[in-house]
Amino acid sequence: MGNFTRRDFVKAAAAASALPILGRPAFAADPLKVAFIFLGPVGDYGWTWAHNKGRLELEKALGDKVKTTYVENVKEDASAVPILRDLARQGNKLIFATSFGYMDQVLEVAKEFPDVKFEHCTGFKRAPNVTTYNSRFHEGRAVTGTIAGHMSKSGVIGYLGSFKIPEVVMGVNAFTLAAQAVNPKIQTKLVMIDSWFDPAKETAATQTLANLGCDVIATHTDSPAPLQFCQQKGIYGFGQGADMSKFAPKAHLTAIEDIWGPHYIARAKAMLDGSWKSEDFWEGIKEGDVKISPYNAIVPKNVQEAADKVIEGYKNGSYDVFKGPIFDQSGAEKVPAGKAMSLGDLATIDWYVKGVQSA
Amino acid sequence: MTLTFLIDALITVIGITTPILLAASGELVVEKSGVINLGVEGMMLVGAITGFAVGFEFSDPWIGVGAAAVAGTATSMIFAVLVLSLGTNQVATGLALTIFGIGLSSLIGTNYTGFAALPFDPPFPDYLAQDPIGRVIFGHSAFVYFAFILVFAIGWFLSHTRAGLVLRAVGENDFSAHSIGYPVIAIRYAAIAFGGAVAGIAGANFSMVITPMWAEQMTAGRGWIALALVVFSGWRAGRLLAGAYFFGVLMTLELYAKASGYAIMPSQFWAAMPYIIAVAVLAFISARDGRSGKEPACLGKPFLPNG
Amino acid sequence: MRLVLEKRLEQSRTMVVLTPILSVIGVMILGVIIFDAIGYDGFDAVWQLFITPVIDTYKWRDVATKAAPLILIGLGLSIGNRAKIWNIGAEGQYIVGAISAAGVAYATQEMSGFWIIPLMLIIGMAGGAAYAAIPAGLKTRYGVSEVLSSLMLVYVSLQLLSYLITGPWKDPNGMNFPQTAQLTASQLLPRELGETGLPPGLLFALVGMIIFAIIVDRTVFGFSIRAIGEAPQAARFGGFNSNRIVWAALMISGGMAGLAGTLELMQLTRLNLGYPSGYGFTAIIVSLLGRSHPFGVFVAGIVLAVTYVGGQVAQTVVHVPNATAGLFQALILFAILASDLFVRYRIKIKSSVAEIRA
Repeated sequence: MGNFTRRDFVKAAAAASALPILGRPAFAADPLKVAFIFLGPVGDYGWTWAHNKGRLELEKALGDKVKTTYVENVKEDASAVPILRDLARQGNKLIFATSFGYMDQVLEVAKEFPDVKFEHCTGFKRAPNVTTYNSRFHEGRAVTGTIAGHMSKSGVIGYLGSFKIPEVVMGVNAFTLAAQAVNPKIQTKLVMIDSWFDPAKETAATQTLANLGCDVIATHTDSPAPLQFCQQKGIYGFGQGADMSKFAPKAHLTAIEDIWGPHYIARAKAMLDGSWKSEDFWEGIKEGDVKISPYNAIVPKNVQEAADKVIEGYKNGSYDVFKGPIFDQSGAEKVPAGKAMSLGDLATIDWYVKGVQSA
Repeated sequence: MTLTFLIDALITVIGITTPILLAASGELVVEKSGVINLGVEGMMLVGAITGFAVGFEFSDPWIGVGAAAVAGTATSMIFAVLVLSLGTNQVATGLALTIFGIGLSSLIGTNYTGFAALPFDPPFPDYLAQDPIGRVIFGHSAFVYFAFILVFAIGWFLSHTRAGLVLRAVGENDFSAHSIGYPVIAIRYAAIAFGGAVAGIAGANFSMVITPMWAEQMTAGRGWIALALVVFSGWRAGRLLAGAYFFGVLMTLELYAKASGYAIMPSQFWAAMPYIIAVAVLAFISARDGRSGKEPACLGKPFLPNG
Repeated sequence: MRLVLEKRLEQSRTMVVLTPILSVIGVMILGVIIFDAIGYDGFDAVWQLFITPVIDTYKWRDVATKAAPLILIGLGLSIGNRAKIWNIGAEGQYIVGAISAAGVAYATQEMSGFWIIPLMLIIGMAGGAAYAAIPAGLKTRYGVSEVLSSLMLVYVSLQLLSYLITGPWKDPNGMNFPQTAQLTASQLLPRELGETGLPPGLLFALVGMIIFAIIVDRTVFGFSIRAIGEAPQAARFGGFNSNRIVWAALMISGGMAGLAGTLELMQLTRLNLGYPSGYGFTAIIVSLLGRSHPFGVFVAGIVLAVTYVGGQVAQTVVHVPNATAGLFQALILFAILASDLFVRYRIKIKSSVAEIRA
């Protein structure tokens, strides 16, 4: 450290923080700088991969009107704060933080940079310059559940989950309720593997579900390993996050694709025309945030039609998988007939519907 | 419970056990020579991406596995040169090797994300694996058979061959081994190279069989479980096999309990089990044998003949 | 004619300072070549990786945030290194320390008072030390290798953390996400030290460095740990109790890891699945790179933190993938570890084979 005193440090830091003010003002022709922080590597072929695809779509759609930057492998700890701060300081005016664990950090940095807009994916805390956004993945689960209800011969379907968080719980419930709408006797066996990505454990869990009689298995973890086992075994599964048909062309019935591009494009446009404001986005099939991949040719016509009806229903607002009566595992009525679950209740759900077998 | 049910469960156990058994077998030989290499996870990842990439480019999984072994050895040689020739601290160098392996595999892998590899078919013809018994005997990937052969071969090598005896002598007392003329450093180089090759193959098991694709950090911490397993085994090949299967059965039982709706203990307890048991076994054999059982006396200590 | 290593009678002081610097410069040159070869602006990439975090004063806060836990844990580990007691489970002690402090926070949610923060820090240290007591007890009682037992316990602590945040300590107002409730104002240290913008952890690290320097260089205890490490037999004859040293080394390193964990908890303001981020493992490297001396550990902690921060800068400015930052971190470690050879040995050219291995 030498003779460098604390006072020198304060001076230097003060000088540095004054720099942006003295710097060149942004001209209208300058592109809008948009930044992303990712939890995983962009090569995870899962969650982060899908967000990065959205980023690339944004670049393609708006061309030289935007300039994007990303930081991958950002831990959900205190070190996310300096990264966010840094991105703001580099002149990024719109910053997307794409994992739940960045919530407090985003709010902290947002307070320091009131003229920078932040968007936090899957969180629930907002501020004047912080928007939250998420997708209604459960709508996709209602579609795959409908297919599962038709395709299952044993009446027992499987669900491979990651953690017991509301997103997964509502996925299990939507999948089960939709399948039960087709075949009321459907039972769902649920295994949580306490990880988002662990191919070896995902395979083992899928084998376990299959051995316990499940003949259609949905996954809520990131790798295509479960599908590859389903193919070997001659049973069915669904892609998670992206079309995974090339990994298991026979077993892959369809996939729920995470589409983030339209949201990123819309929000960047809102920045460009000055209409950006703090909101809470929770959009699904209707808005194009959740997409169902092309059906496998082995899905019979009538099943494809039933699935399309659910998609259509979400688009025109006539369908909701969480319409009462809904009972929980103990048989108690949670949602009475004629009513639907509110989005608020859904966002914090921690109970499973009747017919789900969970530990 | 039918036979088919039990056999299907056994197949799960075998699948989840094989990569950790492989990685641990390699590390066992390394540790027997008196060196601890904490870079197993890094070597596995380099093996995983190399196996996938080469198998994909040549459209031949066997070439891929061979390349994975070579890549694992090449990675391990960085460690070997540092700890053996330059006398660096083994713990720090091993940890650095893991950081290196994660970084290198991710960098190579950027061009291979999202591709599906050719299926790596079992070495035996399909018709042998039709009924349940046939399936459990003939229905596995080559890695499973290799892991079995390897662990028996290592057990035989360590206890029944002269070379194995020398390897153990080097791990037990490097200075006396040196004084009676054994090339301590060369033997340790060979052990580390072998460990690297096997870790590379263990990595390829993930990217070529468990899920034929590449994704960053796809080994998900199995390298660390392998290290626990070597401890658990008390540095014996037979117990390594038994221990690996014990770990595999525990992991599988947890999944069956959950899928059947039973939660006897929080799942975190099950996940912590292998490590708790490894520590307990370590304490037990140390209390009985005075030292950590067959733990090589020179484990982790540098050997510098002229220093 | 051959090159032969000859052990120096005393470690070369020039080399102690010179080799790490030369190593870093060597890796930087290598970096320019590699980055150019894979299609990036090599000079710019290396500049952002290594130089920007050092010359951009605004980045110092980020470097300090990363460096503080590394230094604190590394200081504790340096004691064990000197006595050749290898605690590689600092990550576990870091986690258990944070869990213990979070336990205090859980119990004092409704309370306020100046005593809460010191209590959290003390209980955090005690928790880390208590977790390190397991390998210490196993070693002194049964002779169990502390390398292995402490490593195994890291994975147990990760599961304990996961259990607590998904179960009994889950934030009731957290929308059912796996995390604890946010710490209250009376449970948090100020985010920054006055106007400097530096995190409070750095102050702890500085004070810790001075205390450890005094312990190591000026006390009987400091002498006895070195004696045990260098010549256990002789030390025993000299009246040093090696069991006591094992306990001291592990309890001190566990306590420091627990302290670092508690300070990090106060930075993050709650425990969640993202909390364990590997500082305990990186700190092992820090303590060894710093040659187990408090001043060295401090510098090494800063160097490692620079590579982390530089990696982030290089991603946003030159758009190199994150993987390369890890790769260069590893290369620096390899180079510095290897260069240690020149501290202990000198290279001589010998002409006759007979002289080798004299």
